[in-house]
Amino acid sequence: MAKIKPRVKVPKKAAAGEIVEIKALISHPMHTGRGKNKKTGKKIPRKIINKFVASFDGQDVFTANFEPAVSANPYIAFPFKASKSGAFTFKWVEDGGAEFTASKKMTVA
Amino acid sequence: MRLAVTITMALSLIAGAAFAKTPYHDGTAEVIKPVDKNHPLDEVVSGYNFRKAMIRDVQDDDFENPGMLVADHGEELWDTVDGSAGKSLSQVFEGCAEVPLDVVGSVYPRFNNAASKVISLEQVINMCRETAMGAKPYKWESRDMLGITAYVRMQSRGSRVNVAVDGKASAAFERGKDLYYKRVGQLDMSCAHCHEDNYGNYIRADMLSQGNINGFPTYRLKWNGVGSTHRRFRGCMKNIRAKPLPYGHEDYVALELYTAWRGNGLKVETPAYRN
Amino acid sequence: MKQTTQFSSISRRHALAMLSAAGAVVLAGVPAYADGAAVAAKIKGLTGGRSVGEGDIELDLPEIAENGNAVKVAFSINSPMTVDNYVKAVHVMADGNPTPDVASFNFTPAMGACSASTRMRLAKTQNIIVLAEMNDGSFKQAQATVKVTIGGCGG
Ligand code: HEC
Repeated sequence: MAKIKPRVKVPKKAAAGEIVEIKALISHPMHTGRGKNKKTGKKIPRKIINKFVASFDGQDVFTANFEPAVSANPYIAFPFKASKSGAFTFKWVEDGGAEFTASKKMTVA
Repeated sequence: MRLAVTITMALSLIAGAAFAKTPYHDGTAEVIKPVDKNHPLDEVVSGYNFRKAMIRDVQDDDFENPGMLVADHGEELWDTVDGSAGKSLSQVFEGCAEVPLDVVGSVYPRFNNAASKVISLEQVINMCRETAMGAKPYKWESRDMLGITAYVRMQSRGSRVNVAVDGKASAAFERGKDLYYKRVGQLDMSCAHCHEDNYGNYIRADMLSQGNINGFPTYRLKWNGVGSTHRRFRGCMKNIRAKPLPYGHEDYVALELYTAWRGNGLKVETPAYRN
Repeated sequence: MKQTTQFSSISRRHALAMLSAAGAVVLAGVPAYADGAAVAAKIKGLTGGRSVGEGDIELDLPEIAENGNAVKVAFSINSPMTVDNYVKAVHVMADGNPTPDVASFNFTPAMGACSASTRMRLAKTQNIIVLAEMNDGSFKQAQATVKVTIGGCGG
């Protein structure tokens, strides 16, 4: 199976008070549980990224809960108000509990 | 089979030019004159311009474009040492391709001296792996092959497709041209029926493009992933109920050369994003 | 097949979905969906039967999606996003999929603005319903239809 790899986009620098856009994408097939393996005809069990959490300096700021209706390679964009320099941590949770993370620093001048 | 019914319906449903408000004439698209005077059309347009905003917006943003995940994977492999020679593709590739890296993506398929025939980019990569790296060839439609192909093509992004079809490439070019116009399959159609005579018209809900390949490998929603030019050829042939050829077949390389030539002058857009 | 020849209004970018003042009217104005009952039940569960109030939710959805595998869904909600007045959660639902839930989002004042964008699967043409929950327990709702076209061709 394809390696699961997150990508995130955070501006390196921002002005205090500026609202920046954060984007995150992860490679994941998002198996709905309704699909079938074309070769074997067997049902592919549900396996999706069901949760995405963004935190800034340890504080959760945004959470997305995904259902099987979210597309493969789930993409999410959201705003954040820059007030001080710090680090974002992004966490994706897969059915079954596996977690994938990424982090990015942002400097606020 | 449902598909056959669909296609038959589709043919009767190709909407006349009077209806089709061809999107590439809205002033935002790049419509170029063919580079070669023997070109059958008087305008050449990327497939991008036949798609709706939902599709174009994603291609416009490298971050949002899921095709970039595969290209990123290719970038990692590019520098990874593999095979008995202890080399990475980045160390040997230009020698195999016989042209600089930032040009490869715009000039392949090309007559390659070492191979002494016209070969596609995938074939250069595998030739390089086998001869220069002592590594196993990649499977045509594998994530590794698609990743490397996308990564290499991306090095030519923005420059214009410029495949050579004269001299030693002319036999493959003529072969490709024959295939393009040859009616095949139960529906007795050729590529030209759709992509030359009817581009800009709808075939059911799909607006037909000129079938250019300047964005391959391409991420397709229908595939939920990235696929090669040959995968698209195979799909188009299945649609007209013709037997598709295997990946890498000499005829597909010839068809790829001919199709690339029809798009000479278009910008390389790899990895494109399509429905 | 006239529909396939429409091209002019490519996407309903920034269509402002203004909601009427009375929640009851809003619900009554929702056209019948393939599985409207499931969405209605879902909304009832989330709101606890409370009325869904006025407010503007800006939806960014394509009018026509050339494939249902990845349809952009984005919204932005006018809110000061202060500790006293912010959007707490947003639920995105679709009435023509096997199940109504698409995604839900939890917002915090630290975000400074309330918006999000993702991509969803749509099994067919259907309505997308966006329900927003404010920190004071009130609700707002907006919806739009996305027409999903299935290409008959193209490999
Ligand atoms: C029955 C009509 C039909 C025929 C015949 C057909 N295609 Fe297609 N092809 C399509 C449709 C529909 C699409 C998707 C929309 C578009 O880009 O035209 C497509 C897409 C393509 C694309 C992708 C274009 C892009 O921008 O990504 C290529 C390349 C292509 N076709 C090549 C061919 C070749 C080569 C042949 C002959 C072997 C062929 N097609 C025959 C209908 C057809």
